[in-house]
Amino acid sequence: MPSNPFSRRLFLTSSLAGAGLAAMPLPALALTEAGARQLVDSVVAEINRVIASGQSEAAMLRDFERLFVRYADVPIMARYALGVDARSASRSQLNAFTEAFQGYIARKYGRRFREFIGGQVTVTSTRPIRAGYEVRSTVKLRGEAPFEVTFLVSDKSGRDKFFNMFIEGVNLLLTERTEIGAMLDRRGGNLDQLTRDLAGAG
Amino acid sequence: MNILRRAHLLIAPLTLALVLSGCATKPPEQRGSNEIFDPYENVNRGVHGFNRGVDRVFFRPASKGYVAVVPAPMVTSFNNFAENLSNPSMMVDYLLQGKPREAGIALGRFLLNSTFGVAGLFDPATEMNIPQIDTDFGETLHVWGFGEGPYVELPLYGPSTRRDAVGVVVNLFTSPLTFSPTRAVDNAGVWAEVVRRMGNRGRYSDTIDSILYESADSYAQSRLIYMQSRRFELASDDEAAYLDLYSDPYADTGTPVDPATAADPYADPYSDPYEDPYAQ
Repeated sequence: MPSNPFSRRLFLTSSLAGAGLAAMPLPALALTEAGARQLVDSVVAEINRVIASGQSEAAMLRDFERLFVRYADVPIMARYALGVDARSASRSQLNAFTEAFQGYIARKYGRRFREFIGGQVTVTSTRPIRAGYEVRSTVKLRGEAPFEVTFLVSDKSGRDKFFNMFIEGVNLLLTERTEIGAMLDRRGGNLDQLTRDLAGAG
Repeated sequence: MNILRRAHLLIAPLTLALVLSGCATKPPEQRGSNEIFDPYENVNRGVHGFNRGVDRVFFRPASKGYVAVVPAPMVTSFNNFAENLSNPSMMVDYLLQGKPREAGIALGRFLLNSTFGVAGLFDPATEMNIPQIDTDFGETLHVWGFGEGPYVELPLYGPSTRRDAVGVVVNLFTSPLTFSPTRAVDNAGVWAEVVRRMGNRGRYSDTIDSILYESADSYAQSRLIYMQSRRFELASDDEAAYLDLYSDPYADTGTPVDPATAADPYADPYSDPYEDPYAQ
């Protein structure tokens, strides 16, 4: 019987996502493989510092949210996750949604931090893509076979920031866009309601 | 070996040919495009509801109980046992794919783990740095050029495509050790696979729960994650196809963006994974 990639990779999808979301760019540009490797190493170290801090889970989640905001281009990610509804939203609606989204992501993935303890990320290659740079890496988690994670970095926000990641081919931002879309559907397209509910979700 | 089983061996290729004649026509699904062809969504959602019910009532509690009661090293051993049993049919699949090297690895792993690994409970092959391999008849069909066909969710099995569903059925029959339709006790491989799946369900319980029970649309999440990982898995041997995953579907086909569908985020949630959110 063939082994189903589903259950195996599902785990990978979320296990690293939290780390990865927080895990990308520093203000230094990831132009070179050496730069990118250093970038990943330092962020992995930062996440491990939070995990090792021995704080309460709530405090850790707040730290993850701070890392997420610092390293990821949250506004563009939120806008993409919202899809076309972002166009009809007002400025203030969008800002409120973005803030709710960043907390939701930090909680949803940050809660899985235990799976990342001792995780090792090795950059294997980098190359330019349309919006910036692609950084491919191999990730080793405790007791798991190594798997491939790809980070996408852009400086279009004015600083080098992470804007998407792929875990064994699974596109994180697309997965969240599908999820946010389903949540919005359930609320009859009511963005304000979604924003309120998102603040408590994840 | 019983008569019924032999009959199945004959019927299987016929059924295969019939089912795949559909696949060969290549539906709107194209390689490189990130779209998902799901014409049976209503039926699939019904099956998904059923699978979720089975999981909630039986599989999830049984799996959580299993990993809670059985020590982790034993769970790993049972997983090894099931994986070792699948080596012979993987060897056949690799041969059919024209990959003798991988076929040899499958054979070598099977011989090593069946003997030094105590009937496959341990995995000395991996400790000796023999590469891990994984294939199935769905991949063989992919190598032969069959398109994936529509997305289907199989009862009890979960997300699949028409091509991969054919693969699942064929692999039941090509596995000499594992399947006997009439005598349940002979189904060593099937039971081993069920136990392996329980181990994974229990071990990755938080992740799977978050998709099945915490998502606003668990069907859409399962479908998206399955399709992406399966395509990634099939493409990863082939750098060109892998890179193709990131190509722009509109650039590929020259199809203009229809403003009517572009206005609906759900019409095309599977567009180019490298789609540039800054372009919006």
